[in-house]
Amino acid sequence: MSLRIPVDTIRLAVPVLALSALLIAVFWLQPRAMSYLGLNLLFNLAVPIALATVAQMFILAVNDLDLSMGAFVSFAACVTATFLHSSPLLGALILAAAVAVYAAMGAIIHLRNLPSIVVTLGMSFVWTGIAVLLLPAPGGAAPAWVRSLMTAKPPLVPMAIVASVVIALVTHLILMRTSLGVLIRAVGGNQQSVARAGWSPLLAKAAAYALAGTFAVLAGIALVGLTTSADANIALRYTLLSIAGVILGGGEFVGGRVSPVGAVIGALTLALAGSFLSFLRISPDWQIGAQGAILVIVLALRLFLNKLERQERGG
Amino acid sequence: MSALASLTRKPWIWSFVAAGLVWLVTVLFTGGASALGLTLAALTFSSFAIIVGTGQMLVITLGPGNIDLSVPATMTLAGTLALKFMAVDNSLILPGLLVAIAIGLAVGSVNYGLIKLLRIPPIIATLCMSFIVQSTAIWSNRGLRIKPPPALAEFATSGPFGIANVALVALLITIIAWIFLERSIYGRWITSIGQSMAAARMAGVPVDGARFLTYVICAVLASIAGYLLASFSGGAALNMGAEYLLMSIAVVVIGGTSVAGGFSNVPGIWGASLFMFLVVSMLNTYGLGAGFRMIMTGIIIIAVILLASRRNTSLT
Amino acid sequence: MPDSPSPSPLVELEDARLRFGVVKALDGATLHVRPGECLGLVGHNGAGKSTVVNILNGALTPDEGVLRRDGQTVHRNDINDARAHGTRCVFQELSLCPNLTVIENTRIVHRDLGGFGWRKRARQIIEDSLNRIFPGHHIDSQATVGSLSIAQRQMVEIAMAFSESSTRPRLVILDEPTSSLDATLAGQMLAQVRRFVQAGGSVILISHILHEILSTADRIIVMKDGRVSVERPAGDFTTQSLFEAMGSVAPEEGVTQQARNLSQAPVVLKVPHPTVPFTARRGELVGLTGLSGHGQSEMLIDLFRQHSGNWLPHRNPTVAFVAGDRRLNGIFHLWSILENFAIAALGDLTRRGFVDDAAVRERGAAWQRRIEIRTQDMNQPILSLSGGNQQKVLFARALGTRAPVVLMDDPMRGVDVGTKQEVYRIIREEAAAGRTFIWYSTEMEEVCLCDRVYVFREGAIVAELAGSEVNENNILAASFEGEAA
Repeated sequence: MSLRIPVDTIRLAVPVLALSALLIAVFWLQPRAMSYLGLNLLFNLAVPIALATVAQMFILAVNDLDLSMGAFVSFAACVTATFLHSSPLLGALILAAAVAVYAAMGAIIHLRNLPSIVVTLGMSFVWTGIAVLLLPAPGGAAPAWVRSLMTAKPPLVPMAIVASVVIALVTHLILMRTSLGVLIRAVGGNQQSVARAGWSPLLAKAAAYALAGTFAVLAGIALVGLTTSADANIALRYTLLSIAGVILGGGEFVGGRVSPVGAVIGALTLALAGSFLSFLRISPDWQIGAQGAILVIVLALRLFLNKLERQERGG
Repeated sequence: MSALASLTRKPWIWSFVAAGLVWLVTVLFTGGASALGLTLAALTFSSFAIIVGTGQMLVITLGPGNIDLSVPATMTLAGTLALKFMAVDNSLILPGLLVAIAIGLAVGSVNYGLIKLLRIPPIIATLCMSFIVQSTAIWSNRGLRIKPPPALAEFATSGPFGIANVALVALLITIIAWIFLERSIYGRWITSIGQSMAAARMAGVPVDGARFLTYVICAVLASIAGYLLASFSGGAALNMGAEYLLMSIAVVVIGGTSVAGGFSNVPGIWGASLFMFLVVSMLNTYGLGAGFRMIMTGIIIIAVILLASRRNTSLT
Repeated sequence: MPDSPSPSPLVELEDARLRFGVVKALDGATLHVRPGECLGLVGHNGAGKSTVVNILNGALTPDEGVLRRDGQTVHRNDINDARAHGTRCVFQELSLCPNLTVIENTRIVHRDLGGFGWRKRARQIIEDSLNRIFPGHHIDSQATVGSLSIAQRQMVEIAMAFSESSTRPRLVILDEPTSSLDATLAGQMLAQVRRFVQAGGSVILISHILHEILSTADRIIVMKDGRVSVERPAGDFTTQSLFEAMGSVAPEEGVTQQARNLSQAPVVLKVPHPTVPFTARRGELVGLTGLSGHGQSEMLIDLFRQHSGNWLPHRNPTVAFVAGDRRLNGIFHLWSILENFAIAALGDLTRRGFVDDAAVRERGAAWQRRIEIRTQDMNQPILSLSGGNQQKVLFARALGTRAPVVLMDDPMRGVDVGTKQEVYRIIREEAAAGRTFIWYSTEMEEVCLCDRVYVFREGAIVAELAGSEVNENNILAASFEGEAA
């Protein structure tokens, strides 16, 4: 009992510390960022990234990996900027159908015991292909309600932060407090015991994929609300960002160990890292490379902390 | 008859059958006029996918989760730096190839270093690596298009009987890979690792050594493909590797190599690469755009692993 | 039995047969459990006990034969149906989710617990059950299962099986429930079994600690080769007669083994350890024992890893390994018998890095004769062999190397008696020729074949027994020595 609390705290402390450290560094480099407007700018793109990250988290919770996340968010953004704008009902139907495709994908991956990596890689072609057909060139427009929601200015705290807190709370409720969430994590932890208790791992997996699809759709909508237009490649880097966010937030690749609150903090950290790099005046040539390097550093840090955790448990 | 029956049991036969069908449909559409041209173009343009795919196949043979996502970035960087080094000088063609190979060696070593040291899935390690390599390529390229030495460009684009030399290089590489997979101790090592890494380790297979070698070979083949592609297409471009990420995985999967690992298939890479090129040219012939091409590619990949999984489940 | 005055059976299995590929898991098993009785089920590994458990809990459907619950023939066997009839199971291996808390695991096990406030109800259910069975247990129901000790996890699983939600447990199947519990906890568990049975419930108790079965069960069934070989009231058995009913003949042979004294032979392997250092001498049979899962396999795997090359193969290998869990770290399922055999010795069977087919065939044929692998063609797929013959291939793989030390990780699991005797003979021959065997076994008769034995607890060696000290009582005593509740 005396061991459990520190272990869990360490898990959540890493992302919190990383975010604070980065925030302090940014404020030090650019003191003007320490304001309502500054924070709003810093975390401007955090909301879609956070949504994509929690989407990826649902997939990781059942020990799979979604390599089509970026392509799918781009697709959802294209639908939002075209159909959801011009004929909202049809747009909503298309997005609902896309979520159904996600659920079906989870079911097929489970039933045929397919590698999720390859299936989602194949699906990323499909989503990008449809997105290219929808918007061959950048364009479209954000539905007015999305635009006004994303640019709302609540008192005291910027919208991006309010939205992030809401996302963290909602996903925490779904994954950590409800029976469905327990079931999804149980599939990641020990699928056999789920089946032995008489549950259907198939339905649990399909539900996890459906939830992932839903949050990825929301990510696409939020993204268009910020950018006011879309193109087929708008969110391709979200695949890496979303995986990195979950891992940074204390999640593991296998074993159903994920943390919704951590994932959102991880996403915020990554969003902030982008701003930090531009404050450091790193050449745009190196922006992608720096992200790769940051991910490597994060994973190295994680390994180090896992070692500490094991030592603590052993001793 | 039994020869035919045993032929249909070879997993690679289906990719050739599919390639043949698509070829036939395309040729019929153009009234037979393009038969020779299409065949030669297919052989030439698929050779890059074949070289990259061979490396990717060795990696995928290592078992679930083993995929090298740094392939396109490695191609771009190797093509860019090699061409820059050669500086349109015919005498530097071979040293330029060595530069490309050295880049492959470096990328492959770091890839496996990350996998091993950080204990992360290969897919994440190679993805991180691809971002770093891509940035290096962007930085070194600076948007300039450097031409290959004339003799190298001539070599890459011409060849006997209209078959480009790059296709012959691809053939040579695949034959060597086939011999090593089927006959050498290294081939036994990686197929055993792909079936069960734990069992391979406990049977005395040097697992780390074999996996390291495989990631290095994959990166070296990617850099050779980048070197040839840049020479073939008259210069290195930043996005030149992009399509080969999914292509390299697709040709391996469609070619009949098991995604679950432990079973690889060299001839299938040829069938699948020809098939992928012919599908694209067929869709072009019918006037369908990039969007449809991508959707078709995705559906084909998923359909193939669905079929492959049925084959496996019916066996056990 | 049919004209017994007792109440009608809760579950009945009649002439059940089930095969997995070529392996006959059940070959006409007939048994039943009545309300208010504890049925003891014993038999060697691979006798079919686990298959019976999996049929009763609804996971497997027999190919032939009849399954009846409450007198009703079950046509489509189903886990939920079995659970609705009150069937609960504690499995040998951990079947909780390590990433969830005890409360959340309770939620998974009790499907009908849903709705608002389920955490509170789940907590009530599991804590009640834990308090009832293991008073003073010190288990925090909000802790994740992964942070509990092995014994605590087993306690949670037992409490889970006896816990009540809207369906009451009527038949609790306990498969080796005490394998990680010390004597006090095991006693509490067995007391719960008696209470449960007296209240009209039924229990099937599987254990290879025979006195537990004898003291707790009302009736005992001995299984052998997929069928019930003996069935009698528990009172008609003594430890000795039960042991004989299981077909164990090893103890006498063990005595002849003890005659060897190898304390002067050169040491070939050594692991320094503060309390009990580990050594193995040339030609020695060294046993590893203790409760299963207490670090024996890990030590063998570590030994192998330390003495073999992970980056480059060793020219002269010092160790070879025989896996017990064939599927996990033994066979290569896509390969032929010959390829499976040759992999460990490839260093000797290649020329300039290329496999020498003739040499492989020759060596394969020699070992096929010596260890009697029953196949017409060594190029057949490995999966065409029966489990016992697959295991022989793994033995041949290890013995076919030049390694002077062979590590064996409970390799006789699920192997028939005939194969065992053949393999014991070859092990003795090889040991006489100077090979060292380090042998982890969960079967007492095999442990008694060893010259010297190390007893494990909680991942470490706690005792060393040699010669005539190697017997069941000493090993059990050392396994539990000093364990606190």
